[in-house]
Amino acid sequence: MTTPQTRLQVMWNRLLAVVEEQGQALVRAAFSPIVRECGDISAGIFDFDGRMIAQAVTGTPGHINTMAEAVKTLRGHFPVQDMLPGDIYMTNDPWIASGHLNDFLLMMPVFFDGQVVGFTSCTSHLIDLGGLGMGPEGADIYDEGLLIPPCKLVDRGEINTLLLDIVKANSREPIANEGDIYALIACCEAGASRLSQMMAEFGLLDLAELSEYIIETSRKGTIDAISELPQGTWRHVLTVDGYGSEIELRAALTIEKDQVLLDFAGTADCTNKGINVPLNYAAAYSVFALRCVIGSDIPNNAGSLEPFRVIGPKGCILNAQPPAPVAMRHTLGQMTPDLVYGCLSQALPDLVPAEGASCMYDLPLRHVPEAVERGEAPFALELVFNGGTGARPTLDGLSATAFPSGVWGSQIETTEAAAPVLFRRRELRPDSGGAGQYRGGLGQRIEVSAASDRDFMVFLSVERIRNAAKGRFGGQDGAAGRVRIGHDGPDLPGKGELRVGAGQTLVFETPGGGGYGPPAERCPEALAQDVEAGLVSAEGVECDYGDGK
Amino acid sequence: MAIDIGGTFTDTVLVQGTSRILATNKTATTPNQPALGALEGARRVLAMVGREWRQITGMIHGTTLATNALIERRGARVASITTAGFRDILEIAYERRYSQYAINLVKPDLLVPRTRALTIGGRMDVQGQERTPLDESAVDGLAADIQRLGCDAVAICLMHAYANPAHELRLRELLRERMPGLVISLSHEVSPEAREFDRLCTTIANAYIQPLMATYLADFASGFAAEGLECPILMMTAGGGMTTVQTAAELPVRLVESGPAGGAILAARIAREVGETEVLSFDMGGTTAKLCLIDDYRPQTARKFEISRAERFIKGSGMPVRIPVIEMIEIGAGGGSIASVDRLNRLAVGPHSSGADPGPAGFGKGGSKPTVTDADIAQGLIDPTRFAEGRLQIDKNASETALAHHVGQGLSLQADQAAFAISEIVDENMASAGRMHAVESGKDLQARLMIAFGGNGPLHATRVARRCQAERILIPRDPGVGSAVGFLFAPVSFEIIRSRYATLDALELDQMNAFFHQLRDEAERVVRAGAPDGPLDARRVAFMRYHGQGHEIEVELPDRNLTTPDLSDLRHDFEAEYRRQFNRTVPGMTIEIMNWGLTVSAPVMAPPKYVKKEEGRYIEPSETTDILCDVTGDWCKAGVFERAALTDGDLVKGPALIIEPQTTTLVSADYDARIDSTGNIWLTKLAEART
Repeated sequence: MTTPQTRLQVMWNRLLAVVEEQGQALVRAAFSPIVRECGDISAGIFDFDGRMIAQAVTGTPGHINTMAEAVKTLRGHFPVQDMLPGDIYMTNDPWIASGHLNDFLLMMPVFFDGQVVGFTSCTSHLIDLGGLGMGPEGADIYDEGLLIPPCKLVDRGEINTLLLDIVKANSREPIANEGDIYALIACCEAGASRLSQMMAEFGLLDLAELSEYIIETSRKGTIDAISELPQGTWRHVLTVDGYGSEIELRAALTIEKDQVLLDFAGTADCTNKGINVPLNYAAAYSVFALRCVIGSDIPNNAGSLEPFRVIGPKGCILNAQPPAPVAMRHTLGQMTPDLVYGCLSQALPDLVPAEGASCMYDLPLRHVPEAVERGEAPFALELVFNGGTGARPTLDGLSATAFPSGVWGSQIETTEAAAPVLFRRRELRPDSGGAGQYRGGLGQRIEVSAASDRDFMVFLSVERIRNAAKGRFGGQDGAAGRVRIGHDGPDLPGKGELRVGAGQTLVFETPGGGGYGPPAERCPEALAQDVEAGLVSAEGVECDYGDGK
Repeated sequence: MAIDIGGTFTDTVLVQGTSRILATNKTATTPNQPALGALEGARRVLAMVGREWRQITGMIHGTTLATNALIERRGARVASITTAGFRDILEIAYERRYSQYAINLVKPDLLVPRTRALTIGGRMDVQGQERTPLDESAVDGLAADIQRLGCDAVAICLMHAYANPAHELRLRELLRERMPGLVISLSHEVSPEAREFDRLCTTIANAYIQPLMATYLADFASGFAAEGLECPILMMTAGGGMTTVQTAAELPVRLVESGPAGGAILAARIAREVGETEVLSFDMGGTTAKLCLIDDYRPQTARKFEISRAERFIKGSGMPVRIPVIEMIEIGAGGGSIASVDRLNRLAVGPHSSGADPGPAGFGKGGSKPTVTDADIAQGLIDPTRFAEGRLQIDKNASETALAHHVGQGLSLQADQAAFAISEIVDENMASAGRMHAVESGKDLQARLMIAFGGNGPLHATRVARRCQAERILIPRDPGVGSAVGFLFAPVSFEIIRSRYATLDALELDQMNAFFHQLRDEAERVVRAGAPDGPLDARRVAFMRYHGQGHEIEVELPDRNLTTPDLSDLRHDFEAEYRRQFNRTVPGMTIEIMNWGLTVSAPVMAPPKYVKKEEGRYIEPSETTDILCDVTGDWCKAGVFERAALTDGDLVKGPALIIEPQTTTLVSADYDARIDSTGNIWLTKLAEART
């Protein structure tokens, strides 16, 4: 007997609700600020074959198809017939899970009527896994901390205490790590119990028919959307700051009638700093960018992801191989949408935005190393700020807004409650949005100093200091990011450690987005409004928009 | 008397004693002068029972005017003043997009454009210490700017003003000297919580509606006084309490979303009356459905909600307002919600609504798109001749045509199957939203009693309950005017939540006690204006979390000075609640408290004694009708009953329809209905149908 389509659709909706519930449970119980503030997690439900059938829409796209692939890999490691109710498997292998050691991925078989019917999975960012800590300074993966290969974390409901002890013994934040691991376990269990509850309610014995319906409907919808696109191959080169020397990222995007292929051939090789990107992570951001334009209304699952393929030569910086250091893989990973859009805008000029700040402007602040010996309270802040997004083909870019990541920015009052720092300014940077018919979003200017007579440390890993966001079709570039100590201090590179002395002010300016279309075409009222609001200065009008327009 | 002015209808209820409803009435809202419609409704209910104005001993009013002024952008021209260096708090917000894949999204309009965002020098730090004095020399310039910009209201939100309001107070004083007529809202008075973006938004929203609401409230009060009303008028707030007209005029933002709060209050009152400690209220009207969790007779509260969303039902797409509110989840699912088929051949219902005009296709007022009400008509659940007391003739053919054309064709379904599919989708949407809300609140829906009301609540209750695993449903009397009835059970109360950072290990008890005394004085002053005599209740809470977490857990404190032994109780209570929500505690982790709350309220009258009985007798219907069974999907005969004719102990077997003037209760095939001594309908899932 086949199930009526609307009944299948109701079940699909229910699955989507179940994964959202699963994701929410994880966010609420998490300790890591990046999880709480940025929703840096993922939760998914998989069928018996390990095909993803539902995924929570969470804060960052970094997990979008990494999880879909990871569960397939993990499932392949362990025979299904050996799995028992209450078992949970895990790994943080960057090349299986999500690109760096901090991301733990768990997978739990779901039993119904004594049989495995599917899997739930979740990923979350843990605060600290030892090694040199989260930063680009590790020379290889071994410097970056503890790697746990695929293993059984929970055996029939009993946690592997040795494993947990090893994780705690290798971390600067053992209590928070333990809390986060329990949150992940609870998330898997919640998903599994909701799923079997749903199967009972709808009278299902397995997920086969439902899974086939979801995957086929999504695959077909995605292919329909692809078939409406022009076919061909488009290439683009994006130059990024890198760490120490600039790096060229290259891509060729091929659109065929039923699939989209992205190839990173020609991209520069890995560096000896932890900004290298495993392919699963580069693919996550690239496919996210493509899906924003192609079939964005179709939920993420094995079907909607299948028509997108991402490849790259082994060893290039977007397909880093072990033991390359990868801790800060998001710095370049978040630049890949601009690389992909450089190709796609040639095919679809009216649908693709200009380049934006793209890389989030993390501002990790710490106590100085000697503070602990002096008996001062240590502190660690993970602040996130963003620049402007690129102008859209029919709209200005968004000022100080995260894209492609979905992070939340920080609030000054709660930040000042959490650590002894004092912000002197956080305002938009006039004239930082690239001029154009549609203007790029503005960056922001942050000025921060110690609230006491102590120095503090800053660990930078940001992009677009030397390579500003480019405009499109005559639109001008956005302002580059800029970091210095004191208003008159020299410009500093975007990566590395800084020590800000007591009484000094760190001036941290995020980049603006690129403009779209020639500035001369900008609607005069829109320009006048920008001037009145102080987003564009009189000099900016003179210099960027020309002859008194 | 209670008057609830909604967007479409003004509901009026007259009650004697604690709960004897004398008369109810629905009149059309008069948007230009809402007081006129309210007066009309009041006159009618008085006439219905032959009472006079001077006999009214209490008048409670709730209105959507504040909400609508925000939605329809009819407020004042507001300027904001923030600390120098922080002009763009509003523009920068949380730096996020509310919809992950929407590259063309537009951010919500937050009422104050950058041109009207002003700043002033001066800085408080997080401890409330002055780092830089207020730049008083700049005030002349600010006043000139406000004048030049043509603003009639100002929202002042200075950094850390919740910790030390001196600069805000001084700035108001200086501006008042220069501009006596200027309306000024101060952030530490409107919303004394940390997080500058939320506090500024709340202050702006308050300033934005303040001139309009002050005028309206004065008109309303004088209009009723002129008719002969002698008692004071109390206003319903979003937090579920009542406050004086005076306080409402100063803090009008607290009136936003007060209408739906009435429904939750009603459900809480009924829960207390019948002794149910775990309840889900389900209020489904024409445009939206609202769900609220009620534990131990208290509706769940929150400290924040959103207004003027760019996408009405997308979280994070609006302007946050940080005030104490009854927390409700609102879904774009009502009788008027429109069904359509998307390009993947998926059926979608809502959030778009046909509204009151043109309304569902079956109303014959020009609507051609199929709605949830059309689906109910096509399934035989709405009696075409008795809808709205027969004032509106239903055209069943029009409903079926719309269903067949817009849904049936795309999905190869007959009109009745299309109707069934629409119900499945919309009921699942509501149930999903309810389950999600419960998860976010660390609660479960199973085993809860659902209390259903609103024009469509009783009709959809069993279908939604089944999907939430709720097995018992209660339909109160007069479910169509639930919110207004709820107003009558609200206490005069005032709640303040204020930020003050502390860790449990290093709590300065003397300072904390002084802090609570100050909160108590402030709240009591407001409450005494509305409840001059008698004892007052107070409830103190702390919002606690493990250091590093974002999710706060509300822990109740004893209503007295804290002493050292209380600290271990606090830790214990926090850990117990944490364990309940997350299955474990985190030993060794610091516990911190950022926000503290205090509510002062005048006690409400206890409900009459309720006798719970189980016995009853099945009664046979005098007529039957054909309905599409929501359990089997097949057509079947259902009994039809007039609610007014049912009495204590009557049992009705499903499938059946129980009809009353403003709504119909569907008793599904897997449910029994029982009438209790106070006229409530209890729907209970049959034992054999339970899973």
